[in-house]
Amino acid sequence: MDLIADHISHRFGALDVLDDVSFQVSAGEIVAIVGPSGCGKSTLLSILGGLLRPSKGVAELRGAPPADSLNPLTFVFQDFALLPWNTVEENVAFPLLHTALGAGERRTVIDDALRRTGLTDFRAAYPKQLSGGMRQRVGIARALAVRPAILLMDEPLSALDSQTRELLMEDFVGLLADGAMGAVYVTHNLEEAVRLADRVVVLSRRPGRIREIVTIPMTRAERGTAEARGRMAALQGELWSLIRKEAIDAEREVQHA
Amino acid sequence: MLDRSPQQAKDQSAEATRPVAFRGAGFTPGGSRHAGWIALALVIAVWQLAGSAGWVNPLFLPAPSAIAAAIYKLAMSGALWQHLSWSIMRIGTGWIIGTAAGVIVGFAIGLSTMARGVGITFISALFPIPKIALLPLLILWLGIGEEPKIATIALGVFFSTAISVYSGVDAVPRNLIRMAQSFNVPFHAIVRRVIWPGALPSILAGFRITASVALLLVVSAEMIGAQYGIGAFVLQAGNLMQTDQLLAGVVILSLFGLVVGKLINLLEVRLLHWR
Repeated sequence: MDLIADHISHRFGALDVLDDVSFQVSAGEIVAIVGPSGCGKSTLLSILGGLLRPSKGVAELRGAPPADSLNPLTFVFQDFALLPWNTVEENVAFPLLHTALGAGERRTVIDDALRRTGLTDFRAAYPKQLSGGMRQRVGIARALAVRPAILLMDEPLSALDSQTRELLMEDFVGLLADGAMGAVYVTHNLEEAVRLADRVVVLSRRPGRIREIVTIPMTRAERGTAEARGRMAALQGELWSLIRKEAIDAEREVQHA
Repeated sequence: MLDRSPQQAKDQSAEATRPVAFRGAGFTPGGSRHAGWIALALVIAVWQLAGSAGWVNPLFLPAPSAIAAAIYKLAMSGALWQHLSWSIMRIGTGWIIGTAAGVIVGFAIGLSTMARGVGITFISALFPIPKIALLPLLILWLGIGEEPKIATIALGVFFSTAISVYSGVDAVPRNLIRMAQSFNVPFHAIVRRVIWPGALPSILAGFRITASVALLLVVSAEMIGAQYGIGAFVLQAGNLMQTDQLLAGVVILSLFGLVVGKLINLLEVRLLHWR
């Protein structure tokens, strides 16, 4: 299943946030969206996921989702969006409660999602008892439970410390390695974009327009090697050079607002 | 290569060392389990002493022992239960009706644009009216029976409940609602599994307020037009200058308020254990 952004523009009142954004995420592909602060990355993701109606243009799907997918477009949120009154297990079960899955099948799905995210021993814990990294794991387990075709990840690591970020990035690489799921990965962190994405959509400052779509010239498997580090750092530098001036201008704009 | 070593011991310099001064004390008030009870016992003891020693006129301020004796006599004669049961019936019925209506209207205001537009205007206009002022009108409408008293309590409870419910609904983090929508969770399930538990802290805080409002209104309503009830009893005792009985009624009201507060505490512990 492909996800297509077709000439999407959006305004909040008098504020133009996005302007004529078009790109496509093919099945199993990981596309990162980067750009200066306030360029509309998260707004674009909300539109792609059907949580926000664009002022112009349309978000479209092409092709059927996998037969067993319960929610083809599934979000992983920056702030985890866990229900604080539910345990880890109940949070993972939450999106399954209104599906056609029977109790036994639901249990299997939950157990599998908890196992894949290393949460089996924490199933009875409440979110307040978990660290930030563990909370995001719950968010990932909840997303995996509905077997998405495309994950929509809105800066999923930005609320975490650098060590936890590193560990979770390894998890993402592992989870997305087999190409069964695609992803749109919104981030301001270019290192994450280069490490995870097949292509990087670079947005300009507000209103966000596509400045460039950069293809990362390495397979995801190659990026884990020591030799790839230098090339990845160079790619990161190239991406930074694309957005540096706009990031500075956007920062000034925020300061003067 | 990293230069690694285990922890470093203090070097044996000739210069004297001194501990870093602790500056982190205070600003963390903790609840003492017994201090409140000890303070209350002390106040009662001083009050009793003042009464026994004849420092205050017992007609104006009877000693705690006289109030306790009055409560005992009331309990033994059955009058206490008669008055109390009427008050509890009025509070219970009025509170349940007002709460049910307030929860429904509060949710409607919290969830529907039209209900919000209409509801907030009405609530803003009617909430500040002292509800006891409506009792004569309610007597005209509903007769002199129990209905006007119960309606007064229900009205008082309704407005506070509606406000606390829609404030609670407004306070539910929008990201949780968006999360549920992103999983195609149906509207009724979002209300039941996300909005209701999210609004519950505010709703329970509202219960605490409405319990006080109901107590205030039942006493006022019973003072205006009732033969039985704690309010009627307190008024009657005041008219007859039976201050020990009057204060007995006040103590019973205080105990009633305490019991209701404890019940709400229990509800909070049970329903908000996740906080």
